[in-house]
Amino acid sequence: MWAWFHKLGSPRWFYRISDLCLPWLTVAGLLFLVVGVVWGLLFAPPDYKQGNSFRIFYLHVPTAVIALVGYYVMAIAGAVSLIWKMKLADIVMKEAAVIGALLTFLALFTGAVWGKPTWGTWWVWDARVTSMLILLFLYIGVIALNNAFTHPEQSGKACAVLSLVGTVNIPIIYKSVDWWYSLHQPATIKFTERSTIHPDMFWPFVVITVGFYVLYAVALMFNTQTAILEREYRTQWVRDKVQQ
Amino acid sequence: MQFDSWQAFVAMGGHGLYVWLAYGVAVLSLVAGAMVQIRRRKSVLRNIRQHYNNESEV
Repeated sequence: MWAWFHKLGSPRWFYRISDLCLPWLTVAGLLFLVVGVVWGLLFAPPDYKQGNSFRIFYLHVPTAVIALVGYYVMAIAGAVSLIWKMKLADIVMKEAAVIGALLTFLALFTGAVWGKPTWGTWWVWDARVTSMLILLFLYIGVIALNNAFTHPEQSGKACAVLSLVGTVNIPIIYKSVDWWYSLHQPATIKFTERSTIHPDMFWPFVVITVGFYVLYAVALMFNTQTAILEREYRTQWVRDKVQQ
Repeated sequence: MQFDSWQAFVAMGGHGLYVWLAYGVAVLSLVAGAMVQIRRRKSVLRNIRQHYNNESEV
């Protein structure tokens, strides 16, 4: 177990393994995304109330879900880097912040564009939308904090603490539509009971979400590799890798 | 297939502006993000190679 943990923490090992997975995962992720989007735009039936504007759902929900999951990825990596001083975890935390910020922006943007025809307004200051905006600021906060230090090694602790403190926001986002009165519709995809969505609408969503998950992993691996090269350029294995 | 014609697909039952704005911005920002990261990788590799070359000259 500990040998495995040590290996996982080794940037060199991570670089080699992700080099092996990246081509396959990239192709698979793009395939899922394209199939899901074509299915969702062309073949899924329109919503009986919202008409075709409901097709924004296929972008809005997956980006929002992965923005939340990505926050846990960042916070857990932050915790690991705080406790075990693992360099790889520190890198993963900072790269997860960049990807998470982009996904949160997309969730907010697609939400605003969906809100206009559905609610009659681009924006409301309700619990769900506001807590999502706070999520965006948390991600940007980690990025800004990291950039405030000259050497990436110094910013690790501050970024990890901010990530961990921010996790209180995640259950608030998740539960906000149940706890407070809101324009935002409650979740139609449920884990514990039957989903209130028609299967013809549901399957494209599953395919797109799988695609987003896979491409999230691809982006995180690729960006982490870049950061490893940046930080480890003095080591022999990077020298061999770059000069081959 | 839910649409009879290309025009109907673009119009999205009157919601075309919103649907295509959402999908357009999503595709653009994901592609832009990927391009930024690929360029970052290239520039990191370039800098490292330059560093190694300078070292060997000294």
